[in-house]
Amino acid sequence: MTTPPVRVGTPTTRILGWLTAVSLALTAVMALVVSPPDVNMQDSVRLLYLHVPTAWLAMYVSFGVTTLASVLYLWKRTRSRFWDLTAGASAEIGVLFLGLTLLIGSIWGRITWGVWWTWDARLTTTAVLFVLYLGYLAVRKVPATPEVAARRSAIVAVAAFLDVPIVHQSVEWWRTLHQDATILDERRLLDPQIHGSMAWTLLLGVVAFTLLYCWLLAHRFQLAALEDRFADRQLQVAIDERRAEAVTS
Amino acid sequence: MWRDAALVAGKDLRVEARSRVAINQVVPFALLVLVVFAFALDSDRDTLTRVGPGLFWVTVLFSGLLAIQRSFVIEASDDARDALRLSGLDGAGIFLGKALAVAVQLVALEAVLTVGVVVLYNVRLHDPLLLVLTALATTVGLAAAGTVYGIIAAGLRVRDTLLPLLVLPVLAPALLASARACEAALTGAPGDGWPWVRLLFVFATIYVTFGVVAFGPLLEEA
Amino acid sequence: MTLAVRLRSAVSLLGRFPALAGVDLDVAEGEVVLVQGANGAGKTTLLRACAGLAAFASGEAEVLGHDLRRDRKAVRRRIGLLGHATFLYDDLTVADNLRFAARAAGASAASADEAMTALGLDGRLREVAVAKLSAGQRRRAAVAVIVARRPDLWLLDEPHAGLDAAGRDLLDALVRGAATRGATVVLASHELDRAAAIASRTVTMAGGQVIGGLLARPAPTMEPVHVA
Repeated sequence: MTTPPVRVGTPTTRILGWLTAVSLALTAVMALVVSPPDVNMQDSVRLLYLHVPTAWLAMYVSFGVTTLASVLYLWKRTRSRFWDLTAGASAEIGVLFLGLTLLIGSIWGRITWGVWWTWDARLTTTAVLFVLYLGYLAVRKVPATPEVAARRSAIVAVAAFLDVPIVHQSVEWWRTLHQDATILDERRLLDPQIHGSMAWTLLLGVVAFTLLYCWLLAHRFQLAALEDRFADRQLQVAIDERRAEAVTS
Repeated sequence: MWRDAALVAGKDLRVEARSRVAINQVVPFALLVLVVFAFALDSDRDTLTRVGPGLFWVTVLFSGLLAIQRSFVIEASDDARDALRLSGLDGAGIFLGKALAVAVQLVALEAVLTVGVVVLYNVRLHDPLLLVLTALATTVGLAAAGTVYGIIAAGLRVRDTLLPLLVLPVLAPALLASARACEAALTGAPGDGWPWVRLLFVFATIYVTFGVVAFGPLLEEA
Repeated sequence: MTLAVRLRSAVSLLGRFPALAGVDLDVAEGEVVLVQGANGAGKTTLLRACAGLAAFASGEAEVLGHDLRRDRKAVRRRIGLLGHATFLYDDLTVADNLRFAARAAGASAASADEAMTALGLDGRLREVAVAKLSAGQRRRAAVAVIVARRPDLWLLDEPHAGLDAAGRDLLDALVRGAATRGATVVLASHELDRAAAIASRTVTMAGGQVIGGLLARPAPTMEPVHVA
């Protein structure tokens, strides 16, 4: 299966890059300067402008793309190296963003609630998701012929995707059944009635990070495709060298 | 498929009967874990009773990982996959057979550990039906999920670290559910436990199905 | 003349290394073909690929009528591969192993018993764990597995290695007997004299290709040898 070329450095990706840079800069300005401190959280709310977009991106966009691409790879009619490379690239970006999400969320939690971590449904699911995709990346690194590795990775990705709702549901249940009376009523804090410039900043942040994701994905995919093509060329060289052994022996 | 599964399960259990790895190594390891935890937790009887279910299932989980590793190590030291593929057996059948053999070994382990928990931690067993069903569902789920990831990790140099990394996040909800269900049974509130058992059965069904479908393709690796 | 094995420009990879770099080979049914070549020439991979274990990256590959580019699994019940690993379970006895292998391949337990007798593994040896056997006895057990499966294509990788003189004679007789019954045999060996005596044809491999003795000729008639 030959990899279709995806080019970077084209006008499209350049424009994308500029849009990303501009929107990120705007978000920074809005988040740090323009929007007001929150009634409850004061300035720590500014962390949320980073936390929410990265969370949304990592959990829904990146891993969603990975799962979808893996399914498309496994389905015979749409099987193509393209989907395998996309799945891998997206997962890498996803793990990166998810790590950021957990880090910033943890800092925010420390400021707001005084704890670095809590075992509620959402956080636990996020942590498990992180480990699941670390495992996926580990499986991708195992050496094997490309088709075999691609199929194996795709199966692991689908399994990881199936596991997430199970984890979420079980922890959700655990928490409600236990009815931990907690001051950490994050539902109240995390979905505040945000309006005005705060809502716009959040929205802008989400848009900016989505653009960033697309830009990163295109470049990471290109890198992977080039590696692939290089390996194919190496293969031809290797075959020729091997055949040459017959002459010398 | 079922004939192949029975054949493979029989073979795996016969290997275990002859080599006695589970009996000689895994069971003592599990019992030792129970004892060591008792020391670490300052052997306060109340504490031990409360943490008993969780500890029990964590121990079963880690012992299960050992059993699954072993299940693939026995498949010819040179290449775990070649022998199975050459045999001409159906992939789904191999999966069911291997998972069944692991499950049987785990059930035996759980029986021993239950005795250990009752004796060492002074836990009183109420509601045996809930406990038995919990154990069955968890064991099946654990064996099924473990076997699927076991074949992915089998034969690789990194298998001993890759298998836990892949399997523990998947098994975390099962661990949670089984500990909660046992807790409900032991504290005399079985009503709380039954929803967890239902979750465990769903979990087991999902992973058995997944294994039947995915094991064959995963086995086919050059 | 039906072909048991037909390979055209077959390329097979070990990871990214081209172990087979364009193999052309025809083996007619009933032939006994010896594959010779230096270490690293690709003999083992050739046998494994014909067994449906190693995948073909390109080219054509047809074994016993099965297209291996499309499905590698279907052919496996009909072949018997003797490799460097014994594919035996060390903790089980010879009898256990044989019965498992026979039943897995769809043969009866009786053929397992016959195979053990044919390889001189009866009496006390039947109930000995494989781990406790000597290397030569383990090899005999591995050969017995193949005999018990009654395959249509025998793929033997250095079958004489580890066997004593009696064992080697036994193996030669088995190969002849199998060929008489219509099975095809492909063996890779460094024991050229002995192997050439039982082979109807010799091919040479080097650099992942077959470089001599390519095409099949009708098998010469041979004295049938009955296994005692």
